[in-house]
Amino acid sequence: MRLSGLICALAVAALPASGAVAQSAAVEAAVLRVEHERPLPISRLDLPPEDLGFAGGLLATADNNTTGGFLGQEFKLETVSVAPEAAVEALETLIDGGATFVVTLADAPTTLALAEAAGDRALILNAQAPDMALRGADCRANLMHVVPSRQMLTDALAQFLVWKRWPRWFLIEGSHPEDTALADAYRASAAKFGAQIVETRVFEDTGGARRTDSGLVQVQAQVPVFTQRAPEHDVVVVADESEVFGAYIPYHTWDPRPVAGSVGLTPVIWHPAHEAWGATQLQRRFESAAGRPMREADYAVWMALRVLGEAATRTAATDPAALGDYILGAELELAAFKGQALSFRDWDHQLRQPILLAAGDIVASVSPQEGFVHQVSPLDTLGTDRAESECVTG
Amino acid sequence: MCDRMTRKDAMHRLMTAIALIAAAPAAQAYTVYISNERGNSVSIIDSETLEVIDTVDVGQRPRGIVLSPDGSELYILASDDDIVQVMDTATREITHTLPSGPDPELGVLHHSGNPLYVANEDDNLVSVIDVEAGRVIADIPVGVEPEGMGLSPDGSVLINTSETTNMAHFIDTETLQITDNVLVDQRPRAAVFTKDGSRLFVSAEIGGTVSVIDPSVPEVIHTIDFEVPGVPREALQPVGMQVTHDGETLFVALGPSNRVAMVDAKSFEVSGYLLVGQRVWQMALTPDEALLFTTNGISNDVSVVDVARETVVKSIQVGEQPWGVAISPE
Repeated sequence: MRLSGLICALAVAALPASGAVAQSAAVEAAVLRVEHERPLPISRLDLPPEDLGFAGGLLATADNNTTGGFLGQEFKLETVSVAPEAAVEALETLIDGGATFVVTLADAPTTLALAEAAGDRALILNAQAPDMALRGADCRANLMHVVPSRQMLTDALAQFLVWKRWPRWFLIEGSHPEDTALADAYRASAAKFGAQIVETRVFEDTGGARRTDSGLVQVQAQVPVFTQRAPEHDVVVVADESEVFGAYIPYHTWDPRPVAGSVGLTPVIWHPAHEAWGATQLQRRFESAAGRPMREADYAVWMALRVLGEAATRTAATDPAALGDYILGAELELAAFKGQALSFRDWDHQLRQPILLAAGDIVASVSPQEGFVHQVSPLDTLGTDRAESECVTG
Repeated sequence: MCDRMTRKDAMHRLMTAIALIAAAPAAQAYTVYISNERGNSVSIIDSETLEVIDTVDVGQRPRGIVLSPDGSELYILASDDDIVQVMDTATREITHTLPSGPDPELGVLHHSGNPLYVANEDDNLVSVIDVEAGRVIADIPVGVEPEGMGLSPDGSVLINTSETTNMAHFIDTETLQITDNVLVDQRPRAAVFTKDGSRLFVSAEIGGTVSVIDPSVPEVIHTIDFEVPGVPREALQPVGMQVTHDGETLFVALGPSNRVAMVDAKSFEVSGYLLVGQRVWQMALTPDEALLFTTNGISNDVSVVDVARETVVKSIQVGEQPWGVAISPE
């Protein structure tokens, strides 16, 4: 049943875009995955599957169609993978084909370019870029963020470290702009929750191939030296969004300390071992359809398209204007296996959500942590609150 | 209000303790079965002594448990074993198993004792199991992640709630076809009818509400909200429900808020909250409605509520992560 549902979704996705389908009452969405050049992951276990993100989209569309079957609603999905320079052109093709909701897996500049190109013709659901500016100075009226901002992720970890009474952090940051941005978020989180960064060191990316036969020997010699003579610290916090060195830090630090951040105890939106709040059901549904464990990108796209499905269910409508209004309004609540309803912040279009703290093969904790209170929602202890927001469009 | 409740609770607890010593309550003795989700066991409690009289090892991750109308058999939904185990309540031995499809969680038995309707979460199906023949006789396609199951008093309407579709599906038990779908709030968990069949209550865990449905239409006629001072709204997560025979009082287990709400089932006003153990999940009333048993998953105990006094009279330690509860008939 599940498989045939997915095959239907695939068949729909494969249909050529034409005027013939535009007159149906179907909700037409697309996933646009932009292939930015990245080095190979440090661990071959992290090699991206070909259907990364798309598989989550197909499952959400199948879920939406099961519900839609009771309401006479149909959901269609197109999935496209493009190079960065072809992204806007691909968006135009999708919009011409009838797509009014486009989930993007792209970096911040491309996401912004897509939102601007779409204008009032399509709502863009950002399922990848964590950049603060997209939610701040660069926010756009037609741009929603289902993935957390960097600040939400770093706040989630910071709350746990403070709850553990590990307030002294040794911060190691990468040398790429996104690493600096992540380190900035950790600095802000430390200030926000009363932790101290006792030392900061930058790990320079000197390039070179990932796979060399003597790699391990070098790591074991270099990382202890790199981390020695740091002031007293409780934990090493790694800001390595570009995934250059982080995986080499645990067990190689000069002082025996736990490692958190980009490796070790890691703030994530999804983990294949997450089982609480009925999550096992989503894991099993996904695995039987996709034949592999669910990754963060799959979950992000699933959430984005479930937002759409939820809007259609609650409004009993399929026309893009009604759905867009509902999504942009304050009423939308999404159940997404995190133990409480997720909803969009009206000041910057950020989906408020609990953050999982993963440690290896398990989920070790979930933030917000108990004791961090907020006048509106404990979830708003994570990330940018209304008063601090620089967004003027949302 | 919270303070007043607490003091009242404490006083009642003391008074009831004295009452229990002075004179045994008039309540009849029933056998209370508790499934321990993590302990892979069923704890058996005597409702008169309020002591655990036996603990029986069962399959992996037992959740929903259902008694046959005569109380002779206990159906145990062993989620991680993907089967339903059948326990002979006289010998307390598992006599046989029934097929269920993957990950059975909650089920409801027809009032006649057959068939058993089980929500089959992985495949978006409700499975109809002939408990005598020991086989699945039908699968009914429903919404995404079927969960709660309820049966109308006359046995003609089966309700299934789907957690991701967020609907109560009305199923004709003769034709096994869906006749109606009623949209409720996020993540509906349980469905119970009043004894006269005039009202259906559906709890929504993430939505934080109970929808009151007029089954004759069917549509939602009222939505019950909950509010406890000092408890975040997110923690008020309605799950298990029980309604008294006279249709006057609805009890709603509120999950991680550690509260059971008492609701006037006619006016839909919340009349009070009982503080019970941690993460209260499912509940059952004794047939004489003198006592209400609640399973508290995190504190590994069962709270016993004196219904007339509206107070918790005892906490009983059971196995790890108690989940389901079933009580023997008169």
